[in-house]
Amino acid sequence: MSAASSGVAELKFRDPGRARELTTALARLVQGLHRAPVTLMHVCGTHEQAIARFGLRSSLPPGLRVIMGPGCPVCVTDLGEVDEGVALALQGVRIATYGDMVKLPGSSKSLADAQAEGARVEVVYSATQAVELARASEEPVVFFASGFETTAVTTAAILLAKPPANFSVLSAHKYVPPAMEAVACLPETRVEGFLAAGHAAVITGYGLFEDFARRHHTPVVVAGFEPLDILAALVKLLEMIRDRDYGAANAYPRCVTREGNRHAQASLWRVFESADGPWRGIGVIPNGNLQLRKEWAALDARRRFRIDVSGLQQKARSELSRRCLCGKIMVGLVEPTDCPLFGRECVPESPVGACMVSSEGTCKIWYQYGGRPDLGGGT
Amino acid sequence: MCLGIPGKVIGIDGMEATVDFFGVRRQVRLDVVDEPVALGDYVLNHVGFAIRRIPESEVAETLKLFEELAAAADEQDLLAADLRAELAATQESKK
Repeated sequence: MSAASSGVAELKFRDPGRARELTTALARLVQGLHRAPVTLMHVCGTHEQAIARFGLRSSLPPGLRVIMGPGCPVCVTDLGEVDEGVALALQGVRIATYGDMVKLPGSSKSLADAQAEGARVEVVYSATQAVELARASEEPVVFFASGFETTAVTTAAILLAKPPANFSVLSAHKYVPPAMEAVACLPETRVEGFLAAGHAAVITGYGLFEDFARRHHTPVVVAGFEPLDILAALVKLLEMIRDRDYGAANAYPRCVTREGNRHAQASLWRVFESADGPWRGIGVIPNGNLQLRKEWAALDARRRFRIDVSGLQQKARSELSRRCLCGKIMVGLVEPTDCPLFGRECVPESPVGACMVSSEGTCKIWYQYGGRPDLGGGT
Repeated sequence: MCLGIPGKVIGIDGMEATVDFFGVRRQVRLDVVDEPVALGDYVLNHVGFAIRRIPESEVAETLKLFEELAAAADEQDLLAADLRAELAATQESKK
């Protein structure tokens, strides 16, 4: 595979000796388990970007599969949530949102479609910029906020910092641990261990996963984003599987602690509470959504506006979207290259499914870094 | 979007810090970070907020990946694009 044409960076480890030690250990550990393939799941779009960018799967031994689970917050934003944003925009309310949310399809329209019909949709890179838009005018500005806990804490912070009265939040924030729970409960996934996302764990701490690991007999290791960080975390995970050590470990100690950022956790739960809600393609995840507590009703767009989505939801799903495998991809049952639409009808310029829209979606990452970013390991 | 970006604190004004990101000065907010932040500290930042003070002994190791990504020019490189978005999430520095 040519690095130039595929976009996959040539795999050069900073410390080739250390990389060799780790890949040798991976091979030995997988062999020692006497069952192949062994499937490990990560739940972070940034991990998939790093794995794909550095062509890391080519260094994995045969018999070790590392797959991406529901690690893309934009991808799991439900059709109904997009419909709420689109309905508000079409009602004339100014919407501020992160870039990946704009092209995300709703039941019948995306925010980009609403924009084309004259609605005002502004891309922001931070919650602070959304508040600034509100400060600069008198009219209502709704921040359509997405992201996992790492991003949700910043939405919490701006609400705690007293935003102007014309500002409110339409929360599509999601909480990762309940989604891991849902995947672990799917009998057909056979995930034997999880790599937890490094920067979500900066907030929550890795101790959060101890109970989960014990209950599901599935160890969890927090991993960083350097190729060597990821390999080291995989080694740790296989060792724990071998030793039947069903706990949580930290392979990213330079940024993550057991307790996490307690101050941020307190802010998060002061503003948000977890609630059951549908995740696109996956189904209802108990406690998977972060909604504003009722004390924040005045800043909650769902309570402040009458959002009528009925006009958007009547359309039947298109033939193409019925063939989209995003849901199965996001729980690790199939890979993007198993989807008949991948790279044909579904490309980043005209995505069919959410996984091809977001830069954290498995399909977009595989497409951008050159098809199946796997030169050997896996099946 | 979950990448975060490390930078060095070169000024503090209440809940805002001026942070040097590979030579670019930007403002980030200190509402989320849990430890006291001092001049010269490195912090990990996400969508315009410092989320963690990086212990000094770990700084060099943490910066390596980011330096490489900051130097990547490929528009299609999603990790590098994420880094640029993180920078765009910080505010222009007034100084």
